[in-house]
Amino acid sequence: MIPACRLADLPRGEAFRLDIDPPVSVFHTDDGEVFAIDDTCTHQDASLADGWLEGCEVECPLHASKFDLRTGAVDSPPAKLPVRTHEVVVEDGMIYVRVSADAPNLPPCIASRLAGGPA
Amino acid sequence: MRTVAVVGASLAGLSAARSLREQGYDGRLVLIGDEVHRPYDRPPLSKEFLAGTLGEAELGLETDGEDLRAEWLLGTRATGLDRTDRSVRLADGRDVRADGVVIATGAAARTLPGADGITGVHTLRTLDDARALRDELARGGRLVVIGGGFIGAEVASTAYALGLDVTVIEAAPTPLAGPLGETMGAVVSGLHTDHGVRLLCGVGVKGLSGEDRVEAVLLDDGRSVPADIVVVGVGARPCVEWLAGSGVDLDNGVKCGADGRTSLAGVVAVGDCANWYDPRVGAHRRVEHWTGALERPAAAVATLLAGGAVEPGVPRPPYFWSDQYGVKIQFAGYAGGADSVTVEEGAVGDRNVLAVYRRAGEPVAVLGMNQPRLFVRLRKQLSAVPGAR
Repeated sequence: MIPACRLADLPRGEAFRLDIDPPVSVFHTDDGEVFAIDDTCTHQDASLADGWLEGCEVECPLHASKFDLRTGAVDSPPAKLPVRTHEVVVEDGMIYVRVSADAPNLPPCIASRLAGGPA
Repeated sequence: MRTVAVVGASLAGLSAARSLREQGYDGRLVLIGDEVHRPYDRPPLSKEFLAGTLGEAELGLETDGEDLRAEWLLGTRATGLDRTDRSVRLADGRDVRADGVVIATGAAARTLPGADGITGVHTLRTLDDARALRDELARGGRLVVIGGGFIGAEVASTAYALGLDVTVIEAAPTPLAGPLGETMGAVVSGLHTDHGVRLLCGVGVKGLSGEDRVEAVLLDDGRSVPADIVVVGVGARPCVEWLAGSGVDLDNGVKCGADGRTSLAGVVAVGDCANWYDPRVGAHRRVEHWTGALERPAAAVATLLAGGAVEPGVPRPPYFWSDQYGVKIQFAGYAGGADSVTVEEGAVGDRNVLAVYRRAGEPVAVLGMNQPRLFVRLRKQLSAVPGAR
């Protein structure tokens, strides 16, 4: 498990980006729930932590794809693939993320970079 | 309603087809497209696709396994609409009789008079255009871009990254002054000169020189700019010629209400060809943005299915983005009505900036350069002001 930040330091409606590879974002919803998903939009290179959080849904700041924080599912295009979700554990006021073992759905530009292709 | 014909199979047409199914329409659905390709995403054509970092397979707009239960008539152009029985006439002689018609025929790139048939001169609108231009750019050389608008600027940026020698020619004194205003138009187009791309403003193009292949662009002031490749990015015109005589009111595209309705019952229009009434500005605005083509069809389809009996909502302020020289540019609203522009974050010199346009103290537009987080918040505020003009 990777420590992210203290729950008290993450106000409701805000997100915290965990700079691992690929980056993961932790969202604290207005209802007080905490979710973690891959930070990079599956459509193009954008940080979902910079996006707009509403209910259990985050809207990408660039092209307005929407993802369900609970399942990672695409609620609104242009994204076609879901984001990976991660387990969140809150212990003694600290938020921890257990990173999923599934393969991430990174956008084509990032995926090709990781594969050693043209950046 | 037993048959709906969607004329145009790009983002607006696909979004309309999706909306029809999402809103419970269960009848026959016919999608007509003049290109042979399945719906694909156009924004990457001037950026990642042109640069070679995004392949054709990734351009597809449909998701894996998506089934709209539609008949696809691709590679066939609509040539007419018969108002008596709403038949869509096709170039191959077929007729598609429909109870409802969604017009989504988009726009076509404007060309330069006299440029036809000269090798090395390109416009960029379709996948086929982009393939041809990509292959030429890969050979390198001197690129001259005619037009400093967004398509021209993105092509210049991509070609610069590919190592070409690039010149941009803009007839107006300041590029992008229309969409962004003079002040911020100068800031954003400053990205060219930041990178050593030549920017010639306030000068028109007289013509091209070259026998079979282009050799130079000739300017009104007598200068000649040597060119191996020329891209003409001088805007787009709505593809509505096929509607002449149909009874559909045409005025800078298809004239529509705030819900996409046209002057003919059972016919709505969406996307780049549609000139919607915008209650925020109290006038019609033909918006050529990707986001409008994605979002507005839902409202137009609701209008179509309800027989025009729904109260039109207020569309979100227009939004577009651009990627140039590694800078993410985002803009929402209308710059035209603003009486002030204020930099609220960052600095223009750093090309990292958030600027708010106001009219009589009320925000009417917002521009971000590499400020996605703040931009999205201000864009939401803009949408929340129903009376914003």
